[in-house]
Amino acid sequence: MKETRLAGEVLVEALNVNLVQRELDRHAGQDVYLHLETTTGTYTALGPEKMPPCIAFIRNVEVQYARGVVRGGGPYRVGLKMDHGWVYGDGLTHAEVDDEGRLLMAGYDDQGRLRIAMQLGVVPFREGA
Amino acid sequence: MSDVPKPEWTVEGPVAQRHLLVVLPHPDDESFSSGGTIAMHHDAGVPVTYLCGTYGDMGRNMGKPFFANRESLRDVRERELRAACEILGCDVQFLGLRDKTIEFEDPDVIAQQIRGVIEALAADLVIGFYPGHGVHPDHDALGEALRRAVQGMDEGARPRHWAVAVGNRDEVEADLGVADVRVDIRAFGDRKRAALEAHATQTKAMFERMAQQAPGDEAMRLRMEESRRTERFYTL
Repeated sequence: MKETRLAGEVLVEALNVNLVQRELDRHAGQDVYLHLETTTGTYTALGPEKMPPCIAFIRNVEVQYARGVVRGGGPYRVGLKMDHGWVYGDGLTHAEVDDEGRLLMAGYDDQGRLRIAMQLGVVPFREGA
Repeated sequence: MSDVPKPEWTVEGPVAQRHLLVVLPHPDDESFSSGGTIAMHHDAGVPVTYLCGTYGDMGRNMGKPFFANRESLRDVRERELRAACEILGCDVQFLGLRDKTIEFEDPDVIAQQIRGVIEALAADLVIGFYPGHGVHPDHDALGEALRRAVQGMDEGARPRHWAVAVGNRDEVEADLGVADVRVDIRAFGDRKRAALEAHATQTKAMFERMAQQAPGDEAMRLRMEESRRTERFYTL
């Protein structure tokens, strides 16, 4: 299933396993900047279920992995095996390589709200002005 | 923040004479909280500036169909904010902080930045979130930084300070009493709505849902209607 949605200047593509695996292989063994995030949204406590939020992100942490693999039938999982640990993400539905060669993977709910983001790039992701 | 209740004040025209400065953390906070008050001042010839803390770059709503991803959302929201402020009639400046992180910054450093803007613009009215009643941690943190900025000024030089309390009004009023300032924005309700619609990443889904008139959304719809008529502030 390849789904492409064009809106404004933004191309958001359904996760293509071959593309993701190629990019994970390409970055293996080099220092890369990682953005990893999961989010429920901040205002969950105001919703009918009054759930507290559950949000975490790390941005521009430098990592190096020896082996990176994408698995699953959609949504997908990605694991990066590092010398001393792991980077793990589940629930990924979309992936693209942007104009700057960065691998942007994400999982969205049916309303287009981001649930997880997992991104790799050889230069830091934009920060501040 | 004294315990003595302040006299209630219904505002029907501009209160700032030199400059109204709105200091809130996210693109769209200005339209939700103060869109009518901003337009009222602009139309009366009082310059207005929105000092926006972040670019809203950690928002999660990417639209259906998608209009952004995690990395492009920042620019999308900046464009939305500039469009909304064009509609309301205010300039935009940014503090350049990252969405969700303001509470971890040194509040006095941010207060100094804000104070610099207050003084540069000679603002005589500032609007921010009520510290502790912002619901979102960024709201509370920037509200507190603004409070410190104002309190750090000589008493005679301080601008008037209005604070926005977020959340269920009954709960807010149980803590703070009734908001002493009520701005009648009926003449600006449509502009406020248009500015909110300009923040499409944040409001499109909400307005579409409200238009379906689902029974469970009645309370939210009433709140939105009320917010097109009145904006409420607490004088700090």
